[in-house]
Amino acid sequence: MSWETVIGLEVHLQLATQSKIFSGSSTRFGAEPNTQASAVDLAMPGMLPVLNEQAVRFAVMFGLGIDAEIGRRSVFDRKNYFYPDLPKGYQISQFAEPIVGRGEFEITLEDGSTRSIGITRAHLEEDAGKSLHEDFHGQTGIDLNRAGTPLLEIVSEPDLRSATEAVAYLKALHSLVLYLGISDGNMAEGSMRCDINLSLRPAGSDTLGTRAEIKNVNSFRFVEKAIQFETLRQADILESGGRVVQETRLYDAERDETRPMRSKEVANDYRYFPEPDLLPVVLEESWIAQLRSELPELPPAKRARFVSDYGLSTYDAGVLVDSRALADYFEAVARDCGDAKIAANWVQVELLGQLNREDLDITRSPVPPTQLAGLIRRILDDSISGKIAKQVFEAMWQGEGDADQIIESRGLKQVSDSGKLEAMVDAVIKDSPDQVAQYRAADAGKQKKLIGYFVGQVMKASRGQANPGMVNQLLARKLGDNQQDA
Amino acid sequence: MSIGSDELSRIAELARLRVDSDELPALTRRLDDILGMVETLQTVDTEGVEPLSNPLDAHQPLRADVVTEGNRRSEFQSIAPAVENGLYLVPKVIE
Repeated sequence: MSWETVIGLEVHLQLATQSKIFSGSSTRFGAEPNTQASAVDLAMPGMLPVLNEQAVRFAVMFGLGIDAEIGRRSVFDRKNYFYPDLPKGYQISQFAEPIVGRGEFEITLEDGSTRSIGITRAHLEEDAGKSLHEDFHGQTGIDLNRAGTPLLEIVSEPDLRSATEAVAYLKALHSLVLYLGISDGNMAEGSMRCDINLSLRPAGSDTLGTRAEIKNVNSFRFVEKAIQFETLRQADILESGGRVVQETRLYDAERDETRPMRSKEVANDYRYFPEPDLLPVVLEESWIAQLRSELPELPPAKRARFVSDYGLSTYDAGVLVDSRALADYFEAVARDCGDAKIAANWVQVELLGQLNREDLDITRSPVPPTQLAGLIRRILDDSISGKIAKQVFEAMWQGEGDADQIIESRGLKQVSDSGKLEAMVDAVIKDSPDQVAQYRAADAGKQKKLIGYFVGQVMKASRGQANPGMVNQLLARKLGDNQQDA
Repeated sequence: MSIGSDELSRIAELARLRVDSDELPALTRRLDDILGMVETLQTVDTEGVEPLSNPLDAHQPLRADVVTEGNRRSEFQSIAPAVENGLYLVPKVIE
């Protein structure tokens, strides 16, 4: 039987605030244990939470970024469970009235097609602390620095159908939050963690199968692998007539498998109820309008503009809008050199290629946009060929100066002097009697292929500096002329 | 509506309360009384009444995103039963 995979994702996004959501402790990553845990974070008696305005602002910006309904009034609730890294015995979260309601989110797949993924909701909550189970004489160590860090939990509809789609969704989400500047998006430090809800159903069915939840997967690659493993696991169970058990599983990257978390624990009943220590959050229309007007241009709009204004393909535009810094870099080059298509090509092929090889981010490119634009201008005015330009680019990367300096100091200027070129062409024709005879005997179609040999020889003689267009013209004329003479 | 002793045991476990089995019948009766009262409350017509999430007629004030708390770890840990390397120690929570 063929099965359809149905996936919904819950993403926990750490918001880029300076202080915690309900206390004035720092959220800085990597501090000594418990040095950023205040009386509020430790749940000392009598402590009260006070909500961080920036966390609210970031949540609303996200909602506006996906065109979602914004909760004009939202309410915090207590989610009750017992675990030592949750000192209060409850997590302050939002349940019935979240700050961000229903929205839509467009993802682009590798073949260029787009799909709209529903966002059920996004709500604010606090993170828990960290439990360290390593050797503390049979005890567990608790670090509460992370307790109270603001999170936005973004819940998707079960609209995703494969590991590829899930990863495309996460990458688009990652790109969006970086554009908005609401999170640092650092997955290695846990700024974006993902729970995967996955079930299978017979292809064509409308009802959902029993799902398993895979908790806390923290990289794109692991999300992909966890989904692939879990899909096969459930398919095996169903194929052999079994039933999938609804449970929470963990993905083990070392063994590349998912396995159940302890199942002896009684299914949690979180007993949500409104948090009496916080009042309802009410947002003013004018405040929301202000935030809306301040939103940056977001990836889908930017991609569409790159297609319409610069004539780029949807694919190329998609690559270039991946990050705000890359899009800005491309636009600076395009404006400066005046040819967006060549600019797009150079940024994507040479620049990104070199950046990837050296594992550098665009913001750390040794070649600034003005230099790349200067190089492209020299290609456009026929000072150098595309091939020589690559050499110049290499030299620019090594910090040898701008394009004009490198062309000058290395003597790379393209030879467009027709007298010089003619001499080279004549020499090549003279030295290649066999090829000339072959060319003359060939029909027009074959001649087009055979002329490549002569072009190659001239380029070689000129160390790549001959203007290829002029060489082609000269060769066609000379070889043709001689033929008529003969 | 009435509650069974299985259900009561489950609730007790979730709340981390130890309830001896000989206490169960009495507790079950008392909880049933409370549920009976809730049942009476549920007969009230609440059509058009906005759900109450807080009795105060006010909105949540927001604080500026500024770090105001310093490191007071040694004070807090001086009253903790067990600490090591800056961590609070608790009974092992995984096998």
